[in-house]
Amino acid sequence: MGAAETILNINNIEVKYHEVILVLKGVSIEVPRGGIVALLGANGAGKSTTLKSISGLLKVEVGEVTDGAIEFEGVMIHKKTAVEIAKMGIIQVIEGRRVFEHLTVEENLKVGAHLRKTGSVKDGLELVYHYFPRLREKRSETAGFVSGGEQQMTVVGRALMTEPKLVLLDEPSMGLAPMLIHEIFNILMRLNKEEKISILLVEQNVKLALNVAPYAYVMETGRIVMDDVSEKLKENEDIKDFYLGLSEKGKTKSFAEVKHYKRRKRWLT
Amino acid sequence: MELFFMTLTTGIMVGGIYALVALGWVLIYKCSGVLNLAMGELTLFGAYVTIYFYAMGVPFVVSILFTLVIGIILGILVERIFLDKLIGEPILAVIMVTVGLSFFFKGLIEFIWGTDTRVFTPAIFSLKPFTVGFLKISTVYFWSFVLAIVLFLVFVAFFKYTRWGLSMQATADDETAALSLGVSARFVYAASWAIAFMAAGVGGALLGNINGVNISIGYLGLLVLPAVVLGGLNSVPGAVVGGITIGVLQNFAGTYLDAFFPGGVKEIFPFAFMAVFLLFMPYGFWGWVKIERM
Repeated sequence: MGAAETILNINNIEVKYHEVILVLKGVSIEVPRGGIVALLGANGAGKSTTLKSISGLLKVEVGEVTDGAIEFEGVMIHKKTAVEIAKMGIIQVIEGRRVFEHLTVEENLKVGAHLRKTGSVKDGLELVYHYFPRLREKRSETAGFVSGGEQQMTVVGRALMTEPKLVLLDEPSMGLAPMLIHEIFNILMRLNKEEKISILLVEQNVKLALNVAPYAYVMETGRIVMDDVSEKLKENEDIKDFYLGLSEKGKTKSFAEVKHYKRRKRWLT
Repeated sequence: MELFFMTLTTGIMVGGIYALVALGWVLIYKCSGVLNLAMGELTLFGAYVTIYFYAMGVPFVVSILFTLVIGIILGILVERIFLDKLIGEPILAVIMVTVGLSFFFKGLIEFIWGTDTRVFTPAIFSLKPFTVGFLKISTVYFWSFVLAIVLFLVFVAFFKYTRWGLSMQATADDETAALSLGVSARFVYAASWAIAFMAAGVGGALLGNINGVNISIGYLGLLVLPAVVLGGLNSVPGAVVGGITIGVLQNFAGTYLDAFFPGGVKEIFPFAFMAVFLLFMPYGFWGWVKIERM
């Protein structure tokens, strides 16, 4: 992955829920400081679980990292609590736009400021409104009633308020109109460049993710089955086939011809 | 007519105290979903602590401050010792623990202070009522009302404008999302219990000041249950409206219904009202119905 310094290093972790259900079977991921890395895969592949094991939210769901290690800036974090991890600067933006419905947009942002060490809450709010001007207009509206895009902006802004070093984004495009997705991803890329926030992005929209992140991992049933720079992944026949929906000739393929289980099998060996 | 207005004002003023205790109730329910059935005994505890300090010669306001401090400590202790281990267990189990706590506290109080009725001596407020127009207002009721409302506003301001208060509201809304931002649910639970103890404690001190301090204050504290149900279990403004409504209803029942149903109708009426009310508005006036965007 080049010479860039690593901020997050996941080394061969195994995760179990309720001590018996094995969900991740040896996942290794590296995120460079200031970089964007995408984590791709179908439903149930274990992408969200991977993010939760980093942020410590796994413990809420009675899950545990039973093997391997997660290292953030040289410190082992997989035994720490979610609060300790958040304080170290890793913030997960949970899937599904979980705003605090009964608070206003601005109050939502202020909850994010709860961990803030440097700078005032006001500076933080100004920064968020700088990147998300729409939120300034909606600041005093109840978050449960603003549009989906604005809710997504609110949760990302809320994470920004904590002054994070690494943001774990879980499907920020889910259920949003293409225009809005475009807008939000542009802002995310600016945040990455201008605020030097490293991002680990989980996305089902593979085309979009490969355009945004220079490097990506592909997950399937609890394992990383492939990882490479995005340019190469875009050219990969399997990726084209399974995720981008293109056949070799560049036509939309017929699902009747798919025999993908055989080829997937090959990845796993 | 004069009797009517007298009853009304007395009701409103006692209702102010109920509102304060109701706030404690609402806070715990809002933050952790637990219906705290030990609230009556917490009220009782506050009354005894205050009168204990007052009898030692500590000024009343300072005694109240002591009660607040002891409330914080007890709240955090109770949360840490009994309830922390129950996080993630069914809510009903936690509610049963609060029932157990109520017996425990009642026993503890009888053990320490006995069951005799105690009064604040020397009396803190003048026994003479003052007159506004044609209304005679009892000084004790008036100042208790003022103090209760002031404290109520302080708690609400804390809840609304400080980052801790906001974190508590956030946890009430979505615990996991709050946790992802580094808001500790354990802290929030401890804080909500501390505030509940403080509110109930001061409420108890004020009630004790009116009627004298004995075990029956615990039942007055429990009268707050209909108040909370009326306002909606997780609504702060509901606590005020519910508290005052129950105060007024209770006093009207005492004044006008006592002749027909002698003995105790004052205590029963709020609960009877609650039962009927729930048939028509199960969420109370302002209880949360989940926000659903279409």
